[in-house]
Amino acid sequence: MEINDVILKTVTRIVVFIILTFGIELFLSGHHEPGGGFIGGLVLSSAFVLLYLVHDIETVHNGIPFDFKKIAALGAFLAVGSGIVSVLFGTDFLGQGSRVFDLPIFGETEISSVIVFEAGVALTVVGVVVTIILSISEDV
Amino acid sequence: MLIVLLAIFFPFFMAFFVPFLYKRIQSKHIGWFVLLVPILLFILLASFVPAVAGGAHFTYTVHWIDSLGINFTTNLDGLSMIFGLLITGVGSLVILYSIYYLSEREALGRFYVYLLMFMGAMLGVVFSDNVMVLYVFWELTSISSFLLIAFWYHRKQSRYGAKKSMLITVTGGVAMLAGFLMLHALTGTFSLREMVGGIGSLDKTDPLFYMAMILILLGAFTKSAQFPFHIWLPDAMEAPTPVSAYLHSATMVKAGIYLVARFTPIFGGEAIWFYTVTCVGIFTLFWGSFNAVRQTDLKALLAYSTISQLGLIMSLLGIGSMAVSDSSGSNLLIFTAATFAGLFHLINHSTFKGALFMVVGIVDHELGTRDIRRLGGLMSFMPLTFTVALIGSFSMAGLPPFNGFLSKEMFFEAVVQLSQLDLVSNGALRVLIPVVAWIASVFTFIYSMIIVFKTFLGMPKSDRVDKEAHEPPIGMLIAPFVLSFLVVGIFIFPNLIGRFLLTPAMVAVFPMHRDLKGLVPHISAWHGVNPQLLMTVGVIVVGSLMYVSYKRWKRVYGIGPLRWNLDAVYNFFLLKTENGSNTLTTRYMTGYLRDYFVYIFSFFIAVAIGGLFWIGSLEIDLSKDAAVTVNEYIIIAVMMLAGLSILVAKSRKTAILLNGVLGYSIAILFVVLRAPDLALTQIVVETVTTVLFLLCFYFLPEWKREDTKRTTKLVNGFIAIAVGSIVTILALMVQGNKLFTSISFYFEDAYRLAGGKNIVNTILGDFRAFDTMLEVVVLLIAGIGVFSLIKLKAKKGEKDIGN
Repeated sequence: MEINDVILKTVTRIVVFIILTFGIELFLSGHHEPGGGFIGGLVLSSAFVLLYLVHDIETVHNGIPFDFKKIAALGAFLAVGSGIVSVLFGTDFLGQGSRVFDLPIFGETEISSVIVFEAGVALTVVGVVVTIILSISEDV
Repeated sequence: MLIVLLAIFFPFFMAFFVPFLYKRIQSKHIGWFVLLVPILLFILLASFVPAVAGGAHFTYTVHWIDSLGINFTTNLDGLSMIFGLLITGVGSLVILYSIYYLSEREALGRFYVYLLMFMGAMLGVVFSDNVMVLYVFWELTSISSFLLIAFWYHRKQSRYGAKKSMLITVTGGVAMLAGFLMLHALTGTFSLREMVGGIGSLDKTDPLFYMAMILILLGAFTKSAQFPFHIWLPDAMEAPTPVSAYLHSATMVKAGIYLVARFTPIFGGEAIWFYTVTCVGIFTLFWGSFNAVRQTDLKALLAYSTISQLGLIMSLLGIGSMAVSDSSGSNLLIFTAATFAGLFHLINHSTFKGALFMVVGIVDHELGTRDIRRLGGLMSFMPLTFTVALIGSFSMAGLPPFNGFLSKEMFFEAVVQLSQLDLVSNGALRVLIPVVAWIASVFTFIYSMIIVFKTFLGMPKSDRVDKEAHEPPIGMLIAPFVLSFLVVGIFIFPNLIGRFLLTPAMVAVFPMHRDLKGLVPHISAWHGVNPQLLMTVGVIVVGSLMYVSYKRWKRVYGIGPLRWNLDAVYNFFLLKTENGSNTLTTRYMTGYLRDYFVYIFSFFIAVAIGGLFWIGSLEIDLSKDAAVTVNEYIIIAVMMLAGLSILVAKSRKTAILLNGVLGYSIAILFVVLRAPDLALTQIVVETVTTVLFLLCFYFLPEWKREDTKRTTKLVNGFIAIAVGSIVTILALMVQGNKLFTSISFYFEDAYRLAGGKNIVNTILGDFRAFDTMLEVVVLLIAGIGVFSLIKLKAKKGEKDIGN
């Protein structure tokens, strides 16, 4: 559908980036602050949903040429796969570990292996939510 | 021994690559690639034969679900070695044969994926030490054989046969699983070796022990096509012939035999086990051979002959099982000899039956028919095929100089000696077993002769077949020739097999008998003039006479009870259950969402109220609850207002927006109650679902007042109020009733254990990561479900694909 709403389009252009940034911020801060893979993924997908609402599906697809079904599958694969990797390291299935690194800009940063698992969760959420909304809206 | 574990997964691993490879080359050569798998595995296994013959066994454990005692333990001992060699050895020959048998137009990629899957599953069955793992592989053989039997799925008969075999073997498999669980309850372990090791301390009078025994036997009998479960095997012949040769001569049907042999140290020595296995085996032997004679389709004939031969092996294992309890000298020798003969016949049967299946496949392939009435005189056109058929059939009939003779003699010896023991208390049974065995052997002789003589001798009936008879391509003959060489070779050097394969297998079956050296019989072709030789002579004489006069007595098959057909019973039950469930399903699956809500909520009400009564206490303790502030009262008031206005909303849009109000109010409530995580999630979920709602709303029909019946309204009202009240009561009760200790202390040191300050996230990602992982997978499945429901729905007017 073609909506010619200048105000909405202009606002969206800025807001989407705020939402995306917020989503990533939520995802990364999840370990110690409120946030995490699930909520991060939901915020990210709400940004995509907003884009699809304001512009039409074609336009958005040209800008973001992802197959969201594949993203969902990749997410589930990451979540399950990260569990199997820990078995190869001799710990239990889905066992996690973390280590503090001294990075140049961020200073002392703690990087935990759980982030891979969380990324899997986030990707699945994004993929599934967008897939569902797209399939329903395309089905005219 | 990690290598055995890798061997199990090697076929699966290769099966993964077959579709990609097939896409690229699109030709028969894919078969050569697949052929490497069983050949490599065969060589690998064969390299362990000397070590296993020396008394070694190899185990390897991968810890899997330690807390439940389910580990992936592989076990390579004498018994699994025999089966492993059969699976890979006959597997190699079958794949070689299939390369020439299947035409390039077939879906070869699919075929070899199924075949490799099946091979891996079979290896898993025989090498698993853990019964749970064994069960998984067991059902995997059922599934992969289902796919193989239904390979030509456009034929109705193929689908029917596949379904039948799967229904029967899976039912048996589930019974077997129940048996395994009972055994676990008794022994406290899932490991077969540990079960056998702790058998001395097992209470054998426990009723569970007998239940487990019967259930496990059910699994074995269905898989090995024992009476009355044999009815699936003839129908499974709809599969391509290489599959029949593989599944129904060498592997799948032998899984039941393997199971019985494997559990002999646990259940052997029990009278029930002895009687059930022996009698079922003997009767199956008779029934199969008796019915084989009247078949006109060569493959059906072979199917019934397989049933009967499996019965023979089963009965030998039954007789041999008494060796577990008996430790006195002479009797013990008889029993162990029976088991030895059973295992020996197992190998022999695979060789001659495999060759015969391939011969029938060649005849079918070259002449386009397997009907005996249309065949004849093929000997002069196909001398090589005829030779293989002759060797295979004569071996099956139990004639020298072929390996079937040796094991058949040992079978006669076992039944004759059994009848002389006091063990069988029932006098009639003592006579019956050898007599039935002998009669069955006469029929075996007759149908073996039918295969050779009706097909290959006599006048050629070229007017009844479409094609000119000639020898098949040489590649198709290699596999059957190898098998017939084995048939003769085993006859000449039987003790080689006895020493390297059968003796170590006996060690596995009878771990309680330390000194097996004296118990393993020496196989000899000439064993003097004794009852069993006289029985064989009788079989040949009577069998020949009956073969010649077949036309005169074939009316026997028309007599009442003999005509009685188990297939009809199966079909009747299948039809009844299908119709019954169809009627039932169409009655409650109305297609209206509101009806499904009624079911769901009624169920919820029933369970909740039932649960409340069961607990018997309805305590509501509000003293520990926090005080409710003004803010919360305001939010609650807004929520109630929004909720109530949905009921009277005039348009759908209003209703959806009001629902959104409800959702956002909950989010605000979470903020007030200082749960930022929940509030955040709630806001985003609410946003996304509102968008979804609005999208769906676009496609919904006009919103209008529905004229529902007064009773329906009342019922719906009652359900709504009941659900609301129950949820409220449950929520209030939660604080007052603590049935279990709180789990929250477990997460108190979340930072120390998981290194995360956000407790919600450490629970999701670390403590309960398994739940989260499965939730993610469920989410994915739901997404795929929605996608396929919407995108792949049948076009209007397109007919539903159903049965």
